[in-house]
Amino acid sequence: MTVRDAEQLEATWRDPPGFFGWFCAINHKTIAKRFMITTFVFFVLAGLLALAMRLQLAQPNGRVVGPDQYDQMFTMHGSTMMFLFAVPVMQAVAMYLVPLMIGARSVAFPRMNAFAWWIFTMGGIMLYVAYFLDIGPDAGWFAYVPLSGPQYSPGKRVDVWAQMITFTELAALMEAIVIICTILKMRAPGMTLNRMPLFVWTMLATSVMVLFAMPAVMLASTALICDRLVGTHFYNPGEGGDALLWQHLFWFFGHPEVYLIFIPPLGFMSSIIATFTRRPVVGYPAMVLALIATAFLAFGLWVHHMFATNLPELGKTFFTAASLMIAIPTAVQIFCWIATLGSGKINFKTPLLFVLAFFVILLAGGLTGLMLASVSLDVQLHDTFFVVAHLHYVLFGGGVFPLFGAFYYWFPKFTGRMLNERLGRWQFWLFFIGFNVTFFPMHILGLQGMTRRIYTYPEQMGWGGMNLTATVGAFMIAASVLLFIVNVLVSRRHGEPAGANPWGAGTLEWSMASPPPAGNFERVPVVHGRYPLWQPMQEPSHVTGLDNDDRVVLVTTVADALPDHRMALPTPSPWPFWSAVATTIFFIGSIVTPWAVVWGSVPVAIAATLWFWPKRAVAERRARVEVRP
Amino acid sequence: MKNRVGSVVLAGLAFALALSGCYREKRPTTAPPGTSGVTQPTSTAQPAPIVVSHYTDNAYAVSQGKTWYRAFNCNGCHAAGGGNMGPPLMDAKWRYGADPASIYASIAYGRPNGMPAFGAHLTEDQIWQLAAFVRSLSGQLSKNVASSRGDTLQDGKGESRREKETPVQEQTPAVER
Amino acid sequence: MKTRAALFASGALAAAGAAAAPFQDALRPAGAQAAHIGKLWNFTLGLCTLVFVAIVVACLVALWRAPRADHESMADVSSLARPESRIHRRIAWAVGLSAIGLLALLAADVFTSRAMARLPLEGAVNIELVGHQWWWEARYRDADPSREFTTANELHIPVGRPVIVTLHSSDVIHSLWIPNLQGKKDLIPGRTAILRLRADRPGVYRGQCAEFCGLEHALMALQVTAEPSQGYEAWAERQRQPAPAPATALARRGQQVFLGTTCVMCHTIGGTTAGAGLGPNLTHLASRQTIGAGMFPNNRGYLAGWIADPQAMKPGVNMPANSLPPDDLQALLTYLETLK
Repeated sequence: MTVRDAEQLEATWRDPPGFFGWFCAINHKTIAKRFMITTFVFFVLAGLLALAMRLQLAQPNGRVVGPDQYDQMFTMHGSTMMFLFAVPVMQAVAMYLVPLMIGARSVAFPRMNAFAWWIFTMGGIMLYVAYFLDIGPDAGWFAYVPLSGPQYSPGKRVDVWAQMITFTELAALMEAIVIICTILKMRAPGMTLNRMPLFVWTMLATSVMVLFAMPAVMLASTALICDRLVGTHFYNPGEGGDALLWQHLFWFFGHPEVYLIFIPPLGFMSSIIATFTRRPVVGYPAMVLALIATAFLAFGLWVHHMFATNLPELGKTFFTAASLMIAIPTAVQIFCWIATLGSGKINFKTPLLFVLAFFVILLAGGLTGLMLASVSLDVQLHDTFFVVAHLHYVLFGGGVFPLFGAFYYWFPKFTGRMLNERLGRWQFWLFFIGFNVTFFPMHILGLQGMTRRIYTYPEQMGWGGMNLTATVGAFMIAASVLLFIVNVLVSRRHGEPAGANPWGAGTLEWSMASPPPAGNFERVPVVHGRYPLWQPMQEPSHVTGLDNDDRVVLVTTVADALPDHRMALPTPSPWPFWSAVATTIFFIGSIVTPWAVVWGSVPVAIAATLWFWPKRAVAERRARVEVRP
Repeated sequence: MKNRVGSVVLAGLAFALALSGCYREKRPTTAPPGTSGVTQPTSTAQPAPIVVSHYTDNAYAVSQGKTWYRAFNCNGCHAAGGGNMGPPLMDAKWRYGADPASIYASIAYGRPNGMPAFGAHLTEDQIWQLAAFVRSLSGQLSKNVASSRGDTLQDGKGESRREKETPVQEQTPAVER
Repeated sequence: MKTRAALFASGALAAAGAAAAPFQDALRPAGAQAAHIGKLWNFTLGLCTLVFVAIVVACLVALWRAPRADHESMADVSSLARPESRIHRRIAWAVGLSAIGLLALLAADVFTSRAMARLPLEGAVNIELVGHQWWWEARYRDADPSREFTTANELHIPVGRPVIVTLHSSDVIHSLWIPNLQGKKDLIPGRTAILRLRADRPGVYRGQCAEFCGLEHALMALQVTAEPSQGYEAWAERQRQPAPAPATALARRGQQVFLGTTCVMCHTIGGTTAGAGLGPNLTHLASRQTIGAGMFPNNRGYLAGWIADPQAMKPGVNMPANSLPPDDLQALLTYLETLK
């Protein structure tokens, strides 16, 4: 391919420059970078809240903050981490990498992809602006009724929280649709489902889970908004409603939610382990089936959050069995990875270090999860610091550590520069040790009677020592995150330049320059195996037929990735931004009055209509371009 | 340059929200100092107290007032606002004044024809909270401050959804001996 | 390297943990139900520790034995052509073993639940507990209604006799948790839950609300005194009596303060005209060791501070600050001290 071709491809696919162009960007890599930065900002904000909470709890009868502030803090910390960081960051990384891994020039529905980021960001900003104005939610990240109902949470705090859910879940649903369609229909020819990278499988499973899980929480939060705004009785036992309805609806979402956070990092693990052991991951079919089994089983566990309620005991025991059973597919994955480590050649770099932490931290978290799965044990451990320890062990061990590993691994691809290896090791050890110093004592605190969500505790309980230790650890974690930020800022300018494939990896995202050109692939590759860069080249190696002067992609069949037809993708547009603004007005208005549903629909309808207004030029372009080969 | 515009826009949004936010959500609250004393219960109207609280703008205070209304058995005479032995509180007719200070005086000092003087038995804080809640019964309060329903059997439309009544003066009935 | 750090940490912390209070501790069972759970905990902890060590060791061995490489080393793709039967078999064995372990955990849980459900209930004491924001109301039920009585925040139970606690809530979801005696159970408005427990050792145990219930969830504790049957019956008999009439002039003045100011609007004292139910029953206030729902010592100083401004000690609580003249306050305190 000539230099001129490459330049033309770049000009076709890049985002428009300038101030107004910034609002029109739809390139998936641009949106993904914005998404990753936004979610990381929320991670840091939630981490600062956690530091404040730890300062308050470091000593008995702490006076750093009062109960109202503390309640808002733990609610904001949990809500930010769960809704604004943990799931979106995984979708963001996927948004960048999935097209590169499957040989596509773009994601499906690039404008909706951009809309999803705008809506997510506006929702997150709304939540934090509310927090700084003392309208931050204070009923916990899962806001049980009747505490979060109209009588016991007066004012607008919980309404802000419930509407934040609408924002973020709308964004997550749209992202899921984009990812599923991209994975199923835009893979390079020859990339059958059997040859798809394991990370792409995890994103497929995660996105399908999102489609089923998010509606439950949107329904629950909408019913809560209705109760609080117009006086419905969904959760009012006095008028035939049920306080437990909220818990069922919420946890039907809430349990799959944690698997949404856990499953993509399983993909990170597979990618990183393969590269740093110089061999394919052992047991590909078993790994894929384990993923799918986890995704299914995750929907059958939710009652284990409700073991302390007065539900029938026999029913609860079924959920114990299911909660224990989901350990089996995870065990399959862990054993396959250990087998891979044992039968490969190890390249000990920072990404692998973070991935190895999984085998200690997630393992510990999963085992405490088995303890909590048992009804009889859970009634002692539920709602204590033991659960706080467990959830942080699984979320860090199964989410954050692999995520940092993924950042170290793919940063060269995103930016063209390597992150500093030495700083990376320092960061890792500080993080690992700090994490354990913070959260291990919490297991013991929970067993010794310390309940969750308490803003202080009396001196006589003897919890002061371990709480102080946990606070020290929290600052170690903060220091390590700071180190990471320093590493990123320094390496962006002065890091060692990375070529296309600095780690010697085997999957397609390493086949183009770092950072990738705007159109990803100069020529669409044909895939003959699971690790195309490791396996010998075969003919045909590429397909031709996509123009470089137009936004055209190749759509292939679902199972076998045979070329199906060409598709013209839309050009950059400001309408995703304006639609997001209109939707934001609609959502924020309906916090205050139900009439917003009426007058707020008008700008949304106008924006959507103008977004989709059919244009003759577009129709002609599509007719010309979309041809079966 | 775009970042600067972005932050200006954000600051503007924050400012706009600030005008609607802060005081409404404050909890817990304390009454302003120095209101009139509660140690002289009489049945004749007293001059309004000097310091008036802003509890009508505070959602927590109104919710506390709702709790006191039930707990101190205002229901017994006024029902849930519809009135029984006592006059209705959710309509437009007011005998002794519909502003918070007058309602405070009614509760604290009592009124002719059977309204007891609660001044010795309730703190000023509680009476201000009750006064704010009573105002909400006839829809006088902002929709963001009053609550939409209680967590009990429904006894009337939620206070935040009531039509705002325009208070009119009702003739004081002759004091019965 | 990693496990060493973890072991050191856990050792140090176990030492620190030994200093924690024994009266709110799930690892020091003092009753039948907590003992069953304690056994399950030991079994589960043992099994999970074994699994943890096994997998970490396997991982370390794998890392240690594998040769080193760098990013330029040739990748070994032979497994894509040939299946690796030996490795697959080993993994299958490991998964099979894991499944057996999980079944063992399930069986242990089922057996424990069964054992807990079979607590003999003859001669049980019946307590109806109503959760409020942020205190506990306890009504001791009896077949003879004239022997029922109401108290708050502090329970006495007989050692060796089962106690059936019926749980209601008057406002939001609370959760009763007395770790030394039993697991927790939620108090959900609109629903009735039942918790069965039995203390097998005398002692004073502390419980705490375990479901976030608002501003003062942190300060909603419960004190349970388990004593031999005789002591319990004596206590219950005293609780059934109305409050004694005040004997001294100061106490009489205190009673007038109680009935003439804000106290009477929320509290009940049996034998007087005070019969309100918004706050805790104070008929036998002086027989309690704590105030403020198990949070502060019940002595004159703390009580004075509590009455004058409970918001300073427990901000957001429903009891208002009462500005009583000092003489009235002292009289009131004297009267309250007679409520044994």
